[in-house]
Amino acid sequence: MTGIDWLILGLYFAFVLGIGVALKGSMKTSTDFFLAGRAIPAWVCGLAFMSANLGAQEVIGMGASGAKYGIATSHFYWIGAIPAMVFVGIFMMPFYYGSRARSVPEYLRLRFDEKTRGLNAISFAIMTIFSSGISMYAIAKLIQTLHVFDGVFQRLGLNRAWIFDFAIIISAIVVLVYTFLGGLSSAIYNEVLQFFLIVAGFLPLSYLGLKNVGGWSGLKAALGPSYTHSWAGLRYANTNRLGVEWFGLVMGLGFVLSFGYWCTDFLVVQRAMAAKSMSAARRTPLIGAFPKMLFPFLVILPGLIAIALPTQPAIPPHARVVVSAEPPGKGIIPLKVDATSGQPMLDKDGKPQLDYDLAVPSMLLHYFPPGMLGLGLTALLASFMSGMAGNVTAFNTVWTYDIYQSYIRPGATDAHYLWMGRASTVFGIAFSIAAAYMANRFNNIMDMLQLVFAFVNAPLFATFLLGMFWKRTTGHAAFTGLLAGTAAAAIHHGLTLPAGAVFGIKGGWLAVTHTYPSEMAQNFWTAIYAWSTCFVVTIIVSLITRAPEESKLVGLVYSLTPKPEEEPLAWYARPASLAIMVLAGTVLLNIIFW
Amino acid sequence: MGIDIRLPLGILFLLLGLTLVAYGALSDPSLYQQSLGINVNLYWGVVLLIFGAMMFILSRRAAARPETIPQSPRSSSH
Repeated sequence: MTGIDWLILGLYFAFVLGIGVALKGSMKTSTDFFLAGRAIPAWVCGLAFMSANLGAQEVIGMGASGAKYGIATSHFYWIGAIPAMVFVGIFMMPFYYGSRARSVPEYLRLRFDEKTRGLNAISFAIMTIFSSGISMYAIAKLIQTLHVFDGVFQRLGLNRAWIFDFAIIISAIVVLVYTFLGGLSSAIYNEVLQFFLIVAGFLPLSYLGLKNVGGWSGLKAALGPSYTHSWAGLRYANTNRLGVEWFGLVMGLGFVLSFGYWCTDFLVVQRAMAAKSMSAARRTPLIGAFPKMLFPFLVILPGLIAIALPTQPAIPPHARVVVSAEPPGKGIIPLKVDATSGQPMLDKDGKPQLDYDLAVPSMLLHYFPPGMLGLGLTALLASFMSGMAGNVTAFNTVWTYDIYQSYIRPGATDAHYLWMGRASTVFGIAFSIAAAYMANRFNNIMDMLQLVFAFVNAPLFATFLLGMFWKRTTGHAAFTGLLAGTAAAAIHHGLTLPAGAVFGIKGGWLAVTHTYPSEMAQNFWTAIYAWSTCFVVTIIVSLITRAPEESKLVGLVYSLTPKPEEEPLAWYARPASLAIMVLAGTVLLNIIFW
Repeated sequence: MGIDIRLPLGILFLLLGLTLVAYGALSDPSLYQQSLGINVNLYWGVVLLIFGAMMFILSRRAAARPETIPQSPRSSSH
């Protein structure tokens, strides 16, 4: 990093904090703080809806998957996001927004009962803390690996071992300041800023990379068909790089996981709840879907280019880093090096592993001169912050409304809850920092936690689907269904194993009755089993428990809610038109990259 | 509520654009060997400058007529 890069990073920080300061004065009630006063225009919410999910892990991880699996990674966008974003906008938002629930768990309270809300609120609160901790850990690790602060630390005579701590503390403080001051509005406005920065930082990267390898046709020639087709090999699991067959992909990723995330996760739904009107809330996910549809070209493509380039030392001399005499990786992706021994890590066949997570960062260092490099690294930091702020704002809302106000201290003044919102922002971030250090020390615990979260999340969409569209669904049924679904996920995981893995964290801890061709296939099928179990159990228990009173379900269930009134909007701006446009675009992209 | 995000967005991108353009114009051309001989700072700086100016103008136009609902065109998001 040279002076110009620091200048760009500094400019960004100044604006991010400035937005927080500018909004400080307008935080008068808890609704202002937690729901942005329900006054944000649709396009702002839409971009925030998309960026809250666009954490650093997404940017780094999608680039890594691009290098590993090729353009088929775009299934995570085109199958794994767009249909669900359209569904939540068209069909579910009328109930989320229309019920005036302040959070997703609160919707469950209104629709079902207290215990279903409690289950969801508590598991969600714990999950957001850990995922923000894990992403904080990831970004600090990345900063350490890229040696971006090494020059400064050397000049100031500081120990380079502190870079990890420095990166964690700095990013946490910045997110803390702006969410503490401006609450959800500040997070949303910053997410818009971050969205444009991410585009500004990554678009030239894709352009330069693509130009260098001779365009898409050059990329095809360099990598071969397995990298450059998204559907062609999906008939069988062993004929494509993902190791999943089409049914597992479409049902597991495209239906269960995707709808479970985009339609029920408060982190994203909160952005739509902040919209200024019902129509704006419904358009929020639809507007977010447009950039989402095109993001594979920004985040996946660089990964493919990184693996396609001729093998060479990854880091240009001006970056002022310690270039060691490591053996080359593939493309510009370096080998994965064991932190303690300094030796390349080997896979089960004894071949050195590639550090795919460095695909995108290596691309930045490879193509960007000082100036643009600053912008690219700022984009990376921006993506990290938008993801973290998403977690923090979702956490403080669920904590304050669904846990504190419901179980710890009901009936306090609004000012007290506003205060609690600020306080929980502080301790939420403090817990995240603790989680980040835990991830650093005990990798296995984190892997296990993430596994448990996956079990908890997998059945969620079945509960919401039945709750919103079948008025007979009861609270007892929802609660039992969720528990049964989670148990089914755990049992399925315990009985199966991905090919080549040893039993334990990867599965098979009960007995190995089935071997999946890949871990991804196992994940997708775990989700399918969890969802189906929850769906069936919820229906059965609903039928044997007492039906809920219909008068209490108005505004919460499809058949008992009047159709939302359409605002007078131009034809192209109506929710249905947006949905058709984005779906048509997605189909077209799938055909082009078949 | 609070602010029209297009104003800070516009100003930030104007400043980023100016910085990159100035640096691109003054820096040593050999710097751009790694970016395929393209002065990315200069060219991309100009793009950011235009985007920033657009956002700035849009926010000022909206502020000039405060009575109308700032129903922003979706095109501004692309």
